[in-house]
Amino acid sequence: MRRFIAVVGPCVLLFAAVLLIAPLIGDRGLSLRGILSGASTERDILVLVRLPRILFGAFVGGALAVAGVLFQALLRNSLATPFTLGISSGSSLGAVIAIWLGLDVAFLGFPVILFAFAGALLTVALVFFIARSSGGLPTFTLLLAGVTLNFIFGALVLFFHYSSNFAQSYLMTTWMMGSLNVVGYTPWVRAVPIVLLAIVFVIVMSPKLNLLAAGEDWASTRGVNVHRLKTFSYFIGSVLTGAVTAFSGPIGFVGLVVPHSLRMIAGPDHRILVPGSFFLGAAFLVLCDTAARTILSPTEIPVGVITALLGGPFFIALLKRKPGELW
Amino acid sequence: MTGAPVYRIDDLRFAYAQTPVLNGISTAIHVGNFVALVGPNGAGKSTFLKILAGLNRRYAGTVEFDGTSLSKVALRDLARRVAFVPQETHVVFPFTVNQMVLMGRAPHQSASLFDSGIDIERAEEAMRLTDTLDLGKKAFTELSGGERQRVVLASALAQDPEVLLLDEPTVYLDLKHQIHFYDIVERLNVEHRMTIVSVTHDVNLAARYARRMIAMRAGQFVADGLPESVLTTENLYEIFEVSVAVFKRTDGRGSYIIPA
Repeated sequence: MRRFIAVVGPCVLLFAAVLLIAPLIGDRGLSLRGILSGASTERDILVLVRLPRILFGAFVGGALAVAGVLFQALLRNSLATPFTLGISSGSSLGAVIAIWLGLDVAFLGFPVILFAFAGALLTVALVFFIARSSGGLPTFTLLLAGVTLNFIFGALVLFFHYSSNFAQSYLMTTWMMGSLNVVGYTPWVRAVPIVLLAIVFVIVMSPKLNLLAAGEDWASTRGVNVHRLKTFSYFIGSVLTGAVTAFSGPIGFVGLVVPHSLRMIAGPDHRILVPGSFFLGAAFLVLCDTAARTILSPTEIPVGVITALLGGPFFIALLKRKPGELW
Repeated sequence: MTGAPVYRIDDLRFAYAQTPVLNGISTAIHVGNFVALVGPNGAGKSTFLKILAGLNRRYAGTVEFDGTSLSKVALRDLARRVAFVPQETHVVFPFTVNQMVLMGRAPHQSASLFDSGIDIERAEEAMRLTDTLDLGKKAFTELSGGERQRVVLASALAQDPEVLLLDEPTVYLDLKHQIHFYDIVERLNVEHRMTIVSVTHDVNLAARYARRMIAMRAGQFVADGLPESVLTTENLYEIFEVSVAVFKRTDGRGSYIIPA
């Protein structure tokens, strides 16, 4: 309990600080007086442009970080990410097909989101049915099925990309780089209840995730129905990843670097890791996106570039710490 | 010294992908007994133990645990009464020893996210018994083989079990740690009346600690009784297909074998 507060507390504080400061940063300065003076451009920028984007970023970052924790426990591999089992290439394929068909080419709107989500669901179902064998859901088969589908869908994405015109090709590339550039609160807000519910489930499951992460027989002989837990974890993690990716495109590194860093600092207890990763992931992605939209302002850098550039060196620095300092 | 049957097994059969592993085993294991299962590789010892542990439910025949068909006992209920120690525990994530031992409390915990005072008390008691208290804050992944196996035993004891199932628990330990490990198990058996079933390749160690020895070969029991009665040159030739010499210990505490 004390440890929970000592680790999750700072994560929440960081999250709150980032959420307070990020809206004030941008190519146009906002003054408190301008915001509070009723209807004004400054107020509109804050409420209609920056806040939705920041809240969306927090939502995506938190969900991907929790999905990362979940897949790492499920696959017992700290290098697993929400995209290891093919969800990003599945939703990319969906998005690319929607663009290729010319549905809503003007800007990446609802049909693309729908197709991307359908692509993710298709991947999730395919991987599950390939990996499901008489003996349950073997981790190795799951990994193999996911990686194979990743390749197949990646090839299909390349094919559609190749056979499209320049305008479509540009949109496809933009989508696959991932972006938090939303305007207003619809339609992504509809995914919020589903994702929050999924995260609550993961928190409730977290003591069992500890047992699963320590080993399947270890968990079984301590009373966990391993097959049910694995199936449940797989689908919850997939819903988290698929729902978020449909709106943002695949944003890499958050699901890897956030859980992994927190595990190195605070240890692998999932009761702490799950809520901690949510707040840390949310703060991390908002921070990265703030950099993405301001560094080369008025041009934007794809946020995925920033997550990798910011997260990568930090991650290496953590890896190079002596083992004794890690927890 | 032994009480009611805790396991009752009748015509137990198991096949792994058409290959028969257990060919009709019938026996009973009684409360407070210390049973050693010996036999060559592939005899079905570990398979049998895993069925008792609830890890393998695809068997045919009858296995009753405390009068109820084992297939009807929920894993969680079984885990409150039966604990299992495997040959080796390989963990990817750096859980601390305290965390590993506290995980043994899982079958007793309700939906609460945190460990209760009782959980911590029981875990500490288990660590005292296994001499692992001073390892508490260390990462399990950094321990030596002997320390790891003691921690796994502590985690099993934190379950508060009536039955302890051991699957070649000392196979990767040096002599000192082998003896240390079985000394603890013997104390649990004598002082806490815990039922012990241990699979082992070390016939001499089994003969020293167990009070009942079952020899398995090709999925069947070929000898069953006091260790001294099982350890005969003829039996051992039949079981292992090698000639051994059997000696009685001068202190009267059973027999030991060496290659002939």
